[in-house]
Amino acid sequence: MNRHEVIIIGGGVTGCSIAYHLAERGMRDVAVLERAYLTSGATGRCGAGFRHQWGTKTNCLLARYAIARLEHLAEELDYPEGIEIKQEGYLLLAYTPKMEEQFKKNLALQKSLGIDARWVTPREAREIVPFLNTEGLLGATFCPKDGHANPFKVTDAYARAARRLGVKIHTYTEVRDIKIEGSLKTVITNRGTFQAPVVVNAAGGHAAEIGRMVGVDLPIVPERHQILVTEPVEQVLGPMVMSFYHNLYCQQTPHGSFIMGLGDPNEPKEYNVRSSWQFLTQMARKAVWLLPVLKNVRVVRQWAGVYDMSPDRQPVLGEVPGVPGFYVAAGFSGHGFMIAPMTGQLMAEVILGLPTTLPVDMFSLSRFTTGELFVEPSVV
Amino acid sequence: MEDKTIICRCEDVTLEEIRKAIAEGARTLDEIKRLKRCGMGPCQGRTCRPLIAGEIARMTGQNPAELALPTFRPPVVPLKLGTLARGGVPDEQA
Repeated sequence: MNRHEVIIIGGGVTGCSIAYHLAERGMRDVAVLERAYLTSGATGRCGAGFRHQWGTKTNCLLARYAIARLEHLAEELDYPEGIEIKQEGYLLLAYTPKMEEQFKKNLALQKSLGIDARWVTPREAREIVPFLNTEGLLGATFCPKDGHANPFKVTDAYARAARRLGVKIHTYTEVRDIKIEGSLKTVITNRGTFQAPVVVNAAGGHAAEIGRMVGVDLPIVPERHQILVTEPVEQVLGPMVMSFYHNLYCQQTPHGSFIMGLGDPNEPKEYNVRSSWQFLTQMARKAVWLLPVLKNVRVVRQWAGVYDMSPDRQPVLGEVPGVPGFYVAAGFSGHGFMIAPMTGQLMAEVILGLPTTLPVDMFSLSRFTTGELFVEPSVV
Repeated sequence: MEDKTIICRCEDVTLEEIRKAIAEGARTLDEIKRLKRCGMGPCQGRTCRPLIAGEIARMTGQNPAELALPTFRPPVVPLKLGTLARGGVPDEQA
């Protein structure tokens, strides 16, 4: 029997960040349980971008605070090899008057929260991305401090820092069941039994399964998203280019490769991480149309991952009402990686009963029963 | 093999780096791939995979035949986006 103060289920960037922030605040008796290897779920399959340009106040603030942390994360966590950070902006393309209206509304909100983003005309967009096809483009928004970081490195940096503070990380340890007796939770895995008064569900696309083990119905469903990466070439594309109209994003990493992905509104809500040839040709068609310079770049690999989708595309953060000591940090709906520094900090503050750096009450699971949803409009 | 021997030619990863990753706790090809990029290049790990598997087995006392292999991901060979965009028709035939 392994007895701890806190057990975190899920070794993605969220789980590792929560573990680090708990330990850093003095709660060092923490175990992280990961069914495969660290980053094997959504973290290691994601698009690796971060942006300030959101359509709700909460996401703008989470992103602003989190990105400020990413900018200095290698120093904060003493991770000398660095997290491959790049800040050359996100260019969000608008093709319809409705989109332009929403984007301008978002810009006003972002400005009020101290985020430096601006409207750019198609001509100005071509100054930022010279080979951009501007056919049909009404304009775009641009925030120069958006960018890219390597999810494997960020997670590794958090995991190493957490381990140095005493956190135990158990990989290839899959949670099979959870029993609650009084305040004590017993977590049964394929590699033994773990006990703690506090359990955190940071299981991403598996969060609902973990919830069911304690009789909690989490409205979080896995949704497949596909992605590909090319061979590395010389740096030609500064910003992430994102189009909600085409449901696509494309960014060149500091390594030189291009990462690009598509969302499919008709994707069934099921756990599926297999890639499809249909994605490959659709992605190629849209990417070559939008960024013709990519036509001679070779695709080396494609894969898929799942978003942990919540009904309002916002995460569930906090203690589950009626199950004291059982916390959830899931439902990130495709933007868990970029806010992970703040997720970790806020969850640690909530668990330790400290005042929170940003308001978190609106992320409570209870919003789905009271109807206080706050839909994020800007998601691919 | 020497420490400076290049194990992954696509991503320039040396034996020394692989040994360091294993010494720091990596036990599977998947973990090493994600931290060091070996196996993420155009050859998809055809060169480095067996070499790394052998090194993990040697350093950790595991049976190489029992090591889990990373998923082999499509495409099998690198393909130009332009060719894919034309439904698989290469340049010279377009």
